[in-house]
Amino acid sequence: MVKKMQRNLSFIILAVVLAVCLAIGGKPAEEVKAFSNQVIQRGAVGDDVIELQARLQYIGFYNGKIDGVFGWRTYWAVRNFQYEYGLPVDGLVGESTKAKLVKASKYYEQFVKEQIRKGNSFTHYGGVPLSQQVKENRGGGAANSAAGTTASNVPKGFSQNDIQLMANAVYGEARGEPYIGQVAVAAVILNRLEHPSFPDTIAGVIFQPGAFTAVADGQIWLTPNETARKAVLDAINGWDPTGGAIYYFNPETATSAWIWSRPQIKQIGKHIFCK
Amino acid sequence: MIRNILIGVLALGIAGTAYWGYREHQEKNAVLIHAENNYQRAFHDLTYQIDLLHDKIGTTLAMNSRASLSPALAEVWRIASEAHADVGQLPLSLLPFNKTQEFLAKIGEFSYRTAVRDLEKEPLTKDEYRALQTLYKNAANIQQELRNVQHLVLKNNLRWMDVELALATNDNPDDNIIIDGFKAVEKNVDSFSKSADFGPAFVGLEKKEKGFVRATGKPVSKAEAKRIARSFLELKGTESIKVTASGKGADERFYSLTIRDPKAKSEIYMDITEKGGYPIWVLNSRPIKKQAISLHEAANRGMQFLRKHKFKNLELYDSAQYDNIALLTFVTNENGIRIYPETIKMKVALDDGTIVGFSARDYLATSIQRPLPKPTLTAEQARKKVNPNFKVMEQRQAVITNDMNKQVLCYEFLGTLGEDTYQIFINANTGMEENVEKLQSVEQSYS
Repeated sequence: MVKKMQRNLSFIILAVVLAVCLAIGGKPAEEVKAFSNQVIQRGAVGDDVIELQARLQYIGFYNGKIDGVFGWRTYWAVRNFQYEYGLPVDGLVGESTKAKLVKASKYYEQFVKEQIRKGNSFTHYGGVPLSQQVKENRGGGAANSAAGTTASNVPKGFSQNDIQLMANAVYGEARGEPYIGQVAVAAVILNRLEHPSFPDTIAGVIFQPGAFTAVADGQIWLTPNETARKAVLDAINGWDPTGGAIYYFNPETATSAWIWSRPQIKQIGKHIFCK
Repeated sequence: MIRNILIGVLALGIAGTAYWGYREHQEKNAVLIHAENNYQRAFHDLTYQIDLLHDKIGTTLAMNSRASLSPALAEVWRIASEAHADVGQLPLSLLPFNKTQEFLAKIGEFSYRTAVRDLEKEPLTKDEYRALQTLYKNAANIQQELRNVQHLVLKNNLRWMDVELALATNDNPDDNIIIDGFKAVEKNVDSFSKSADFGPAFVGLEKKEKGFVRATGKPVSKAEAKRIARSFLELKGTESIKVTASGKGADERFYSLTIRDPKAKSEIYMDITEKGGYPIWVLNSRPIKKQAISLHEAANRGMQFLRKHKFKNLELYDSAQYDNIALLTFVTNENGIRIYPETIKMKVALDDGTIVGFSARDYLATSIQRPLPKPTLTAEQARKKVNPNFKVMEQRQAVITNDMNKQVLCYEFLGTLGEDTYQIFINANTGMEENVEKLQSVEQSYS
């Protein structure tokens, strides 16, 4: 009888230990240091945002993906948290918000970082064993940049692929030009989008037959460098060095007499930009 | 013996080369035919759409009931935009064919605007009817010309690849039937667009190049432009500055400055209006080192910069981090009313917090009458017009430029529906839903 009780007891202890192990996630995932001392605001990217999202998710304020980019969903989660915890509701994550958040939640950094590195889809809710919150990588979505995020900010109405396509065109057309000349070529593509005489999609403008020599001779398929991509981003974000040009040409190689008849705005590098 | 073997080998070699050459030729032909077919499809499709366009405009003219007019106009809009897309796929970019494209775009705009309008309340005006009639006639002309070209293309087995070649080499392009035909179309449209009158509703439509209405004052000289750049960018004075004036194609005269610091490897570019000497935009191409300051800090620096340069009533509207750069958008906020057309954008380097980009183009190009009008609806009344499932988180008054290119006072509601965030603008006088915008600034990576 006593022996049986003992066996029962040891069985219960074993079960408890197992359960605890499961709850921690099978791995000795420990809570490490919290946030750096920056004020985090909408649009920020990086480790602090990952921690912010993970912590907000832990206490159920954030249901989106933990991707390291402070977007609108994170913004509303922060505001709701601030409201519930009696903080000033401004969507800025400063000293007091961080302190309250750290107190109220846990952050298993190792777990989160590992899932991001592997490109797994995962969540970080409190009260659920971590091991049950992971789905293996379904191809794609792994951390992309030095910031270790799985998403990025994009200008309104443009995807990363649109930016890539434009960077291809800009690199093919103007890789030998100064930086500003590359922004200018990207700006011409965008000005054409708005103009009634041209197609109204990025692909339509870029691949319009005869519109760009780099498309005609295949140089568009060279791999663009970081400069071309930055130039495209600047143009999309509103910098137009051309003053609204919709054509440009290289005066040394231009064969068409018609292009010379266009009213010229200015010359940047080797290209003359015109209306 | 050796001779025979040699002959055999050579014969084999020749046969092999011949076969290889034949295959290459075949493959090249296949590619050419494929490209040609794409052009042919776009062209024949275009003529078909123009046929349809002509017919549809005709039916709208005959229609009496306003209830059937709206869908018919929507149909015109759809056909016009398909035709527009077809033109974009033809190798005509070296041929002046933009008047026709513009014409198609205008038909599209005109029919869209009239189709979405409540024609019961606001029926077509006389001018608009007249515009439709002229459009009808003109579409008939284009149709005729294109039909003619199409007939010749089919009869003579003409190739678009030849057109492309003729245009590219500029080798007597006038002899080409297709080119002649399209030139005739273009001439036709040109004479029309000079006399066309789409009615007053259309006036605001074409995006007018407004120029920098806010840039007032005396014209500045090149030397003054340099001085302005020095103080605006807080230069040390050792930099060399090159100034060039804009060409005659510019809407409004401006100076372009290239500023080169002998020590730094990078350049700063800047445009300044001639009138009054206002900075239009600045871009610094210097490489940016590792991030040392936060986005929030960058936003504060941006704000400081604006205050220092006497920009009044601006507040941060949007911020986003791209690599090591903070992109900031500021808008005017006057007594709690946001004026969205008055936008200034800035780029702040996250390594040392200096300003590496500035653009006041939109800010200089909008003139919104002050004092701002008073709303006739209350916020509560406006809020009732919003989708009941929409959860409002923030609300304020705002001035925006609407679909018709007019500046209107609205109530702005910022909030969520499901998982997404929207910005909804309700006209503060009519209660009309002027604009609904889904805000999405984050995209998942597909690496």
